[in-house]
Amino acid sequence: MKKRIYLDNNATTPLDPRVLEAMMPYLTDKFGNAASRDHSFGWEALEAVDRAREQVAALLGAEPREIIFTSGATEGNNTVIKGLAEMYADRGRHIITQPTEHKAVIDPCRYLDKHDYRITMLGVDKYGRIDLNELRDTITDGTILVSIMHGNNEIGTLQPIAEIGKICKEKGVFFHTDVCQTFGKVPIDVQEMGIDLLTLSAHKIHGPKGVGAMYVRRKNPRVRPKPLLHGGGHERGLRSGTLNVPGIVGLGMAAELCGRDMATESKRLTGLRDRLRDGIMSGLDMIFLNGHPTERTPSNLNLAFAYVEAEALMMGFKEIAASSGSACTSASLQPSYVLRALGVDDMLAHGSIRFSLGRFNTADEIDHVIERVIAVVKEKREISPLYEMAQKGIDPRKVEWKVH
Amino acid sequence: MPYSEKLVDYFENPRNVGSLDEDDADVGTGTIGSPICGDVMKLQIRINGHEKIVEAKFKTFGCASAIASGSLATEWLMGRSLDEALEIKNANIAKDLELPPEKVHCSVLAEDAIRDAVNDLREKMKKAAEVTEQTAEPQPS
Repeated sequence: MKKRIYLDNNATTPLDPRVLEAMMPYLTDKFGNAASRDHSFGWEALEAVDRAREQVAALLGAEPREIIFTSGATEGNNTVIKGLAEMYADRGRHIITQPTEHKAVIDPCRYLDKHDYRITMLGVDKYGRIDLNELRDTITDGTILVSIMHGNNEIGTLQPIAEIGKICKEKGVFFHTDVCQTFGKVPIDVQEMGIDLLTLSAHKIHGPKGVGAMYVRRKNPRVRPKPLLHGGGHERGLRSGTLNVPGIVGLGMAAELCGRDMATESKRLTGLRDRLRDGIMSGLDMIFLNGHPTERTPSNLNLAFAYVEAEALMMGFKEIAASSGSACTSASLQPSYVLRALGVDDMLAHGSIRFSLGRFNTADEIDHVIERVIAVVKEKREISPLYEMAQKGIDPRKVEWKVH
Repeated sequence: MPYSEKLVDYFENPRNVGSLDEDDADVGTGTIGSPICGDVMKLQIRINGHEKIVEAKFKTFGCASAIASGSLATEWLMGRSLDEALEIKNANIAKDLELPPEKVHCSVLAEDAIRDAVNDLREKMKKAAEVTEQTAEPQPS
């Protein structure tokens, strides 16, 4: 196979060699348990964890002790949603979220829905943004939590987090945001944005897999979710379990590297992203952008290729790794629920591909991708009956189909 | 790679891609699926006087398995009578291409498209026969 090109950085990213270097001693010589208070092996581990806590907090405008390390964002989201629901059940049993959240938010909410909580899914517009007035009107006396992600993993759309935080503060409800796709890429400040709880993961920012963090506000207001894992009382009792010291060190280093040149890297990624979009669109007709045209994460480009199916395209440019939440990979043949929530036409949803960029992508790679994508789309359109129809002026959406 | 070599070959080098004129009397057209489900297959056959399939073409909107299934089906159709064409079952296609379980519906699409094309052609032949019969009747003088 030709040289592979990785454009699936919203799924996971390669470890930065500098992160690995920072982690290495904690996988070998400095293997101590951060909870061992009686000897230097423990002390050096604890010291490393504390440094990582500062590195993560610095990127969020938070205090280090408000950072709780987890195994990743799925654990974080579960802890926040289920832990808060349990802790504040006497205050109310209503939670507000949106249909385009990651499954790690939607499924805990569904779980609560089956246990006598009420979940409201806000509507989203064609770009995937919520309506702030609808949010304001939906909050009731029984609402305990609003959970709205910062940047969407599939379509890249950014939500107006600061405005949401303000509304939640006015109404006195907790505000949680999943920042997996924006942490280290887009400025976040928990004070300015009125965020009470936040969840993130290391492997999206060139850190290791299996480690993440939660921000849990300590004052104005103090938030206290019940823990998911009970045990030794680590992490202020919010997350028991021996700390993953090398992972945490990796997360800290990955965060610091992102913070160091966020502005220039964000500009570089946005440039590559737009180069890819413009390059593909200038070579093909009937290509549509999914998600918001400007309010989107620097790394995400999601395009709909009319008349062709996403998996066939990706099999066509095998050396390029991208993602299709919409491919008929399951027997259910359901296209992406995120695109569906945006009201994207079914044919376009089936033909949508997410290209997501990262630190190690280059302009040369992008130019190669443009060339290959254009060639493969043309090829697959030649064998598509829908394209043939369109050429004859027939709109595939208006045909009566014989479903098999 | 979750796909067999044969599937990849038929996907990368699809045989018999194209279209026949739907209006030709000896052409049957089957179109199955919908863009909503994510796959549409158009399959066409042409027969000669002995009712053997002499030409088969397909086009597919769908995943690699759906494209390969359509392509393989057109190859298998060549030289068959219409009755023999209907003997091609999805299970044979799925087995030959080693389709993963979640892709078996792609072979169903091909089987259904064959049946639809055969039915279309038989309808056409029936109508043509009726017309011939009518015109062949002696005219009252």
